[in-house]
Amino acid sequence: MSIRVLKSSATKTHLRLPRCERAREREKMRLIVHNMLSCNIRGVVNKFPLRIEPEKVIVKEVDFNPDFLKHMIAKIDWKALVDGARSMGYPELPDHPPTTLESDESFLRKFHHSLLELNLEEGSLVCPETGRKFSVNKGIPNMLLHEDEV
Amino acid sequence: MKLKQLEGLLGDLEQFSNPKVELEQYPTGPHIASRMLFTAENSYGDITDKVVADFGCGCGTLSAAAALLDAASVIGFDIDPQSLETATLNAEELEVEIDFVQCDITKLELKGQIVNTVVMNPPFGTRKKGADMEFLSAAMKVASDAVYSLHKTSTREHIKRAALRDFNAKSAEVLCELRYDLPKLYKFHKRKEVDIAVDLWRFEPRQN
Repeated sequence: MSIRVLKSSATKTHLRLPRCERAREREKMRLIVHNMLSCNIRGVVNKFPLRIEPEKVIVKEVDFNPDFLKHMIAKIDWKALVDGARSMGYPELPDHPPTTLESDESFLRKFHHSLLELNLEEGSLVCPETGRKFSVNKGIPNMLLHEDEV
Repeated sequence: MKLKQLEGLLGDLEQFSNPKVELEQYPTGPHIASRMLFTAENSYGDITDKVVADFGCGCGTLSAAAALLDAASVIGFDIDPQSLETATLNAEELEVEIDFVQCDITKLELKGQIVNTVVMNPPFGTRKKGADMEFLSAAMKVASDAVYSLHKTSTREHIKRAALRDFNAKSAEVLCELRYDLPKLYKFHKRKEVDIAVDLWRFEPRQN
């Protein structure tokens, strides 16, 4: 698995790569999306979370928004996020969020990094029950089903 | 950001190069897109710092508008890989973050309460009958706060009834009536341009 780090908007305008290169830098799937996706094959019961098999991960910095992150803590499936981050090469996120958030910036930074800065560019999302792989190409997961899965 | 500025930025986006008639691929013009998202944020606070999903995002016009209005996270869903490629390039040009998922909206199973707002310009159901209702049903299952959608004015009563009775809507309101000017995109279009009356709807789902 390869991992690359990209800096955020401050440097963007100075490092203007050719358009085709830039498009590739942009493409990604982040764990905020992974936290919503489940297997939609007919009849499957154990459909979430999808296991991540990464081939290419990019770390891309985005602006830190602590208020948004605090709102998100209750809405996220925490285990899916921790496991997803770990599978993408980031094991720092604690197994449970802390009980008091107010002064814990270091935790919020790890949460921010896991949820919004780890980008799966190439790989698969695997159904926990059937093992069916949904491929991720150029950062876009393909959740389209075959005829017999509908 | 001012409305005019938003409209200007959206006007620069690339649109469908080979639109697929069976998917009812029509670009959402910058005039409608900017007003739709501007209203969603200024009147209801449904965009800035929220998680916004764009169902049937096509080339990503509504997604781009949401991102430009500082949504915390924008996710565009579409079935067509070529559109998603164009949408990715558009996001790149505007230097905004948008995640994309390729899927059939009507078969999608999204878990949890992460999405606050769904915005969409769904198919009207002229090619695949009932497509507009399928999109609305899907959106109402996913959004925790609000759904903004465009539907033909001629379907107004039908939509209102279905939303309130079948799709778990607490409220269903037409925010305004717009003229959607469709350029001659497909061979079967006889007139050079045609104006369709569409309603901009806001639906609020009941809390589960």
